[in-house]
Amino acid sequence: MSNAILNIRFFARLREELGTESLQFPAVPGQTVDDVLSELANRGGVWAQLKGSQPVLMAVNQAMAKSSTPVHAGDEVAFFPPVTGG
Amino acid sequence: MISVQTEDFDVGTEYEALRSSGSGTGAIATFSGLVRDSGDLSGVTGLFLEHYPGMTEQVIQGLIDEASRRWDVRQARVIHRVGRLALSDQIVFVGVCSAHRADAFAACEFIMDALKTSAPFWKKEITGDSEHWVEQKDSDVDRSRAWE
Repeated sequence: MSNAILNIRFFARLREELGTESLQFPAVPGQTVDDVLSELANRGGVWAQLKGSQPVLMAVNQAMAKSSTPVHAGDEVAFFPPVTGG
Repeated sequence: MISVQTEDFDVGTEYEALRSSGSGTGAIATFSGLVRDSGDLSGVTGLFLEHYPGMTEQVIQGLIDEASRRWDVRQARVIHRVGRLALSDQIVFVGVCSAHRADAFAACEFIMDALKTSAPFWKKEITGDSEHWVEQKDSDVDRSRAWE
């Protein structure tokens, strides 16, 4: 585990409202997607919406994930609003 | 085959490619989705489409694979555009070749319904003086769930 970080990405409305496309986040053993989301929401301000009333979808390494999905150093974790393509 | 692209596409060219993909094909169903002037907002003048590169293609491939398990699918083609689009522009194309029409219709409709609620694309509506990220529709979620 030479590189103990997670690569976090945001898309669409979340990307715009957080003013952030991506960031690096410390990886901790035993961590879940929800742990990451909660810590980011605890930054307060615009970040609080990550645990607000609007649904936030999550993906780990480009596959849909649940709150309880474990994350590991080097993983790509993405947060985004419900999808609206087609 | 899956393409996520800013460029427009030609339905005739895509149809001919599907038609020449194999002699077992007896039916081709195609769907095209276009930018219209009202959605969440009225007076829409265009759309901006964002996607999650890599994940988008994986999700759509998964939908084609699932369609191929459920129905006779000889060939499937999905094109989805991203970036800035104007009224009446083409957004999405789904084409499915099958031996018979029922499988072609069903697989095409399934891929399109499931794409709308699972492929990571996001639409922003643009009007004369405002922009609005489109909200996911319950009716789209219902249509997608109906295939489960």
